[in-house]
Amino acid sequence: MTSRGATQIAACLLLALPAVWLLAQIAGELNAPGSRLGADPGEAVTDFLGVWAIRLLLLALAITPLRRLAGWSWLAPLRRTTGLFAFGYVVAHVLSYAGFLKGFDLQGIVGDLTERSYIIAGAVALLALLPLAMTSTRAWQRRLRSRWVQLHRLVFLAMGAALVHLLWLTRDGYGEPLLYLAIFAALVAERLITARRASRQLPQGPRAALS
Amino acid sequence: MSKRFHRSQAPAIQPSEITSETAYLNRRSLLTGLAGMGALGLGLAGCEPASAARDGASAAAKQPAPAATAAAGGVSADGFRTDEPLTPEQIVTSYNNFYEFGLNKGDPAKYADALVTEPWTVQVAGAAGKTGKFDLQALLKDLPVEDRIYRLRCVEAWSMVVPWSGVPLAALLKQFEPAADARYVEFTTLERPSQMRGQRSLFSGIDWPYVEALRLDEAMHPLTLMATGLYGKPLPNQNGAPWRLVVPWKYGFKSGKSIVKIRFTKRQPKNTWQRLAPREYGFYANVNPEVSHPRWSQATERRLPSSLLSPNRMPTLKFNGYGPQVASLYAGMDLGKNF
Repeated sequence: MTSRGATQIAACLLLALPAVWLLAQIAGELNAPGSRLGADPGEAVTDFLGVWAIRLLLLALAITPLRRLAGWSWLAPLRRTTGLFAFGYVVAHVLSYAGFLKGFDLQGIVGDLTERSYIIAGAVALLALLPLAMTSTRAWQRRLRSRWVQLHRLVFLAMGAALVHLLWLTRDGYGEPLLYLAIFAALVAERLITARRASRQLPQGPRAALS
Repeated sequence: MSKRFHRSQAPAIQPSEITSETAYLNRRSLLTGLAGMGALGLGLAGCEPASAARDGASAAAKQPAPAATAAAGGVSADGFRTDEPLTPEQIVTSYNNFYEFGLNKGDPAKYADALVTEPWTVQVAGAAGKTGKFDLQALLKDLPVEDRIYRLRCVEAWSMVVPWSGVPLAALLKQFEPAADARYVEFTTLERPSQMRGQRSLFSGIDWPYVEALRLDEAMHPLTLMATGLYGKPLPNQNGAPWRLVVPWKYGFKSGKSIVKIRFTKRQPKNTWQRLAPREYGFYANVNPEVSHPRWSQATERRLPSSLLSPNRMPTLKFNGYGPQVASLYAGMDLGKNF
């Protein structure tokens, strides 16, 4: 096996760990209700998946800066893997909300989508990520060429909307959301600085740095 | 755990005196059987006060079902007990909001042991004949302790059924001889960061101490309780020891815990949550499925314990099912504006 393939497999195992842990908790919970996930397990599962979706999205966004700053070129192929895992957690989060919290009550979900701004922010994040997951293959990358890079800038919208979603649903205790926001701000700042430097050196091509 | 329940609160309770959960349930089913018969006679006969029918007229037209379920929900005619299944003691004492000890619902049970509740001094202030500092035990000495089984509806759309014991707030407040022009009464929770780690948090927006107030007639209502016990035992620290307010027709956050100050006033006080997010939390905070909240749908609730496969979702009732008892307090008020 190539070292690159091994890295991918190791990354997949790591990224799946939170989900595996959660599945074990759910299995225990179904065996003995109240034993693993507390008094309100639907809420616990939904929160867990949402928080990990945000963490993995941040991680996906951190790969390019890490590669640039630390010179870890082996990280490059992990960006897509991390992004796709993040999307998986997002989808599971949304399903958990719709199923465990709303009981697939369509009217209730539509009510949330029209009345609760944090749900709208979450929906924006989901919609922004959808085309990115769909065009994540190499074939789509080739087909779209430079437009692919443009399209995938939607990830910044998704990340911003996801953080607004978290901030708006937080009743009190802003430590964790603010930490994520600070990391996101740092990751965006690194890109802007790199883009500016690149535009000074190569006046015609500053855009490549914004990937 | 045992330490928590057997704090040096005199008189010590013998283990034999403690009601086990099963005994509690058995005794309760007997009681509620009787109460249910009463409810049949009164509740189903459409005994809702005329004023309640008036102020809920437009809403009732839209949603006739909850009113019917309110009677079916098993709240007795006096409102003092409900025959719905109790939320297990283990959950009542390990899953709640008490931000003084942290923001997670498991934090109070984890960290409230640090709180020392003996001795406990209560300051009474404002528009009343008898003000000053009082020792809690002395205050409680001559007051009747009553058992209640109340629904508890959190603004976060989960709910419980809890067996409390305590003194009717009206009996307590009368001791202080409220002035004729006192219209509100404000309850302040202890601020003691050395024992309440949540008050040391840098990322909390709450301006301690925690304050929630009631209109005097709400405070004097027979349903309003100062609870000193839970499941037949002294109130655990995490649930608001040594005493806490219980106002069953309002969202849980209105019922302040570990109360150290009671102030009578002519003007409506500003409450903690009202100050923090005025668009989300009004003065009244009556449970009301028709008033939407920007964070949580208030149309339904998850009755705990909830499980993954059957979330135990049920429609939320106006005034948490206590409409027959309390709706008259709000006759003629626009509850959409006074939320």
